[in-house]
This record gives sequence, C-alpha cells and structure tokens, in this order.
Amino acid sequence: MNAPRTVLLKVFRSGPDDKAPRYDQFRLTAGPRTTVLDALLAVRRRQDPSLAVRHSCLHGSCGTCGMRVNGREVLACVTRLKELGDPVVVEPLAGAPVAGDLVVDMEHVYQRLEPVGRPLVRASERAGKNDGKAGPGPVLEGLERFEDCIECGLCLSARPVAGDPRFLGPVALAAAERVLEEPRGADPRAVLGLVDDAHGAWRCHTAFECSAVCPARVDPGAAIMRLRGRLLRDRLPRLVGRYHREGRS
Amino acid sequence: MTQARRHDRRPQPRRPRWLDPRGRHLGTWAFVANRLTGLGLVAYLYLHLVILSTLLRGPEAWDGLVELFRRPVFLTFDLLLVAGLAFHGLNGLRVALVGSGLLVDWHRALLVAAGILVGLVTLVAAVRILA
Repeated sequence: MNAPRTVLLKVFRSGPDDKAPRYDQFRLTAGPRTTVLDALLAVRRRQDPSLAVRHSCLHGSCGTCGMRVNGREVLACVTRLKELGDPVVVEPLAGAPVAGDLVVDMEHVYQRLEPVGRPLVRASERAGKNDGKAGPGPVLEGLERFEDCIECGLCLSARPVAGDPRFLGPVALAAAERVLEEPRGADPRAVLGLVDDAHGAWRCHTAFECSAVCPARVDPGAAIMRLRGRLLRDRLPRLVGRYHREGRS
Repeated sequence: MTQARRHDRRPQPRRPRWLDPRGRHLGTWAFVANRLTGLGLVAYLYLHLVILSTLLRGPEAWDGLVELFRRPVFLTFDLLLVAGLAFHGLNGLRVALVGSGLLVDWHRALLVAAGILVGLVTLVAAVRILA
C-alpha cells in the first residue's frame, strides 16, 4: 500500500493567450506522503514550467493553495494523493475569477472584509513602528486578520449556489459576527446594517458546506446563523413596537 | 484584477451547480432535497387543481379518475408525495429554527432527527396506503 504508484493528474489550464480552457494530463510517481501540491510542483519542475499554481507555507496555515480536487475544495498542501482515486482532477476554486490555471483572483474576498472591520487584533497586540528593536516592523500594519480564518476561499467555492457576485460571502459574514461578538472599538450598528441585507446574512442557503470544507474550523455557517439570530432579536422589538403603535392609533 | 477577470473562460456548467451534490456533505444534500421536494410539491399543487377540475365534467368522469388512481403505480406516487411533504415540512422547520439563530450547534442532529421522522411517517403511510 505504501509503495510508490503512478498517478494521472488532469489539471485545468487557462492562460491569457488561451481561447478556451483545457485539461492537461500528467503522469507522475507518488509516494504515500505525496500531496497534491507536491505533485503539481513536481509537474512544474519536470514536465511543464508554465503551470500556474500558488502556494506559500506548505503546511496548511497560509491558505494560498486552495483548489478543487476531484470536485472537492481542499488545501493542496495537506491533501495526500493516496487518499484520492485515479485520475485526480485538479481545478481552480469556483466563485472567483481565474487569474491563470489553478490561481484565482482573491481580491473580492479582501474587499468584502474591509467594511466589516477585519482588523480584529487589539491595538496593543500590533507590531509597533520599526525603531530598530527586535520584533516585526511596520510591514505588518493593516495585515491583521480575524481569528483563525486563513482566507483560503474554500468556503466561497463550496457554496451550493455560488453565482451571485453581490453576496457578501461566508468569509466576510463570519468576520462580521466576530466583530459583533467582540467589537473592540468597532461600531456594531454599522456592521449590523451591512449584513442585514438580501445579499448579506439572508442570502445564505443554510447548507453548512462552507463549514464542512473550512480547514481552519472557523465554522462560517454557524456564524451566519448566529448573525441572523442577532438581526432577528434586533428587529423583533421594533416590529412589535410598531404593531402596538399602529394598533392604538 | 480586470485583467485577471478577462482570463476567466471557464465554461458554464450544463446544469445548475446545486443540482449536483455528489461528494458534498449532509447539509448540501438536505438543501438539494428541500429544493427538489419544494418544486415537486408546487408541481403537485397545480396537478391537483387540474385533477379536481374533472369534477366539472360530472360524477362519471370523477369516479373513473378515482378508479385509475387506486392502481398500485399511483398509490406509490401517493407514498412519494407523503415522504416529500414530510421531508420538506420537517427540514423546513429545522432550517427556520437554525436560520433564526436557534439550536445552531444542533443542526446536524436536527437533520438526522428529521430524517428518522420522515422514515417513520413514510412507513406508517406505506402501511395505510398500500395495505
């Protein structure tokens, strides 16, 4: 079982000069610990240097190597080939524009995080100005992210209905829920106003697929449901009050 | 970003994404089943109205239709209808509860409970309809 085996990779390819996307096939030998990312990097090194694939940490904490493998959203660096069948179909994440081959443009994710108050790291925890002392310099300023989310985008791709570009998305909604839980100086009313929208918390289909694929166990599906509960608790007294006022008049 | 978007030439899938829950988790299967049973129930409602309109053609036409619907194949459809109705109702209750921020951490257990109840309701209906 642990002996190396030959695996067929079918890799989605789409570049700026391509008229239509295609699937290229690569055969390679994989050991028991070979990951999808290992295989893709081996393909790029030995068979096709033009293959576009994004990665950074190689151990599942940076979230840059998110992709669809055999139709499921995974981090390629922690997904072993031996857990998959043969052939292995590798595609970019859905719900985001393809920049090239397996790389998608994540800008819209970051854009949606900004208005919900993404920086959740306390001011006292931020790296100070680089004054020559030990520690990180000012380059970290503004790069903070909320809690455990690694912004990999797997949740965006896994949604059963991923066609609406106006949807705030699980990443931003889960971040909004954290802001409301622990505002740390942020204005909860503004965040509530942002998510209380047909394309906000109410757009979710309650399938919890986003939570199922989340490699950081952020559980964005539950966060969205808690957001809805909060919005309802916020709305209900106003609705009851209006009903009473209209009843008296 | 504009340049990146220009490169995205992924073909549109032939069927809606939500119609293919293969490899997905239980919640997505429940979502798909809820949609399909909902569409089925809407279709049945209109079919039911069309069937009721047979009454306008007199008692003979109606009695003939009732005789037809007593055949096993139509009784099986009745059973399917009961199962679809039970699932759509019970899962809808779960979605309404969880979607209101209640019992959020119990959403999987609620789905399993709904599934068990649907099975029981369908079993009782099978005994009553097909016996």
